[in-house]
Amino acid sequence: MADGFQFPVDRSAVMLFARSLGDIRPEFSDPDDPATKAVGGIVVPPTFVQSSAHWQPDYPLDLTRPRKPGAQASRGEGGGGGGLGRGLHAEQHYEYHHPIHAGDTLTVTTRPGERWEKQGRRGGKLLFSETITEYRNQDGVLCVTARSVGVQTERAVDQ
Amino acid sequence: MDLKVGDTHEAVVIDNVTRTHVVKYAGAGGDFNPLHHDDEFAKERGGYPSVFAHGMFSMGLTGRMLTDWLGPTALKKYGVRFTRQVWPGDTLTARGEVTEVKDEGGEKLATIKVVTVNQNGESVVEGEAVAAI
Repeated sequence: MADGFQFPVDRSAVMLFARSLGDIRPEFSDPDDPATKAVGGIVVPPTFVQSSAHWQPDYPLDLTRPRKPGAQASRGEGGGGGGLGRGLHAEQHYEYHHPIHAGDTLTVTTRPGERWEKQGRRGGKLLFSETITEYRNQDGVLCVTARSVGVQTERAVDQ
Repeated sequence: MDLKVGDTHEAVVIDNVTRTHVVKYAGAGGDFNPLHHDDEFAKERGGYPSVFAHGMFSMGLTGRMLTDWLGPTALKKYGVRFTRQVWPGDTLTARGEVTEVKDEGGEKLATIKVVTVNQNGESVVEGEAVAAI
């Protein structure tokens, strides 16, 4: 994903994302509220950029997404998921450089980070892999850097 | 905001996680891995007792504790490890504690240790945030 993809930050998407986390604060939904005006318009919850998944062309964790003939979801570990059955999201880290506002169009670029192995508690290898994602706005300003760590297990995770 | 080392904030961020909560988060966030909404898939393909919530659902709920406490634009950094799965029926309490306050580049920054626990007191998310205060 060296060239990246476009992620338009839509006000309805921000409201729905915030609502799904039980968050009804006005800065995430109401442009006319004084609190929203005080922060320069609608801003987004700390983990909102995760919803760029909807715009990621090869996003692997939505198998029911309609696709063009011949295209298929990638099986890569991108997006923090790490596969459907055995993969788990181990860590997620964000750095916030510049506010994101409803109406922005972000360009999202992703690159692989480190990879490492660890022995699981009940045997079986744990394979960790990092993905670094950068979100830049329409002015080219870096808004958020995300670092996701996925883990693949050789067998079902201990319960 | 006047924060000092040792200050804490705690909130019940969700009381009784339902499959509907998880599905709503899937729709908003875009992660439709069937492990999070399809019990048969979770049991047969994943070897889990049932569906469980996305890690990012726990991180998002924990983020709500932070923005309710510190405001929606205060965060400079926020990172977590997912330490335990969140199952339907769980109730989550998120807690932040200020561990350091310093001046950096003309800004006052607070480092906050973050832990979210389930109804048994087991952590589901552990991490750290840095906020401009």
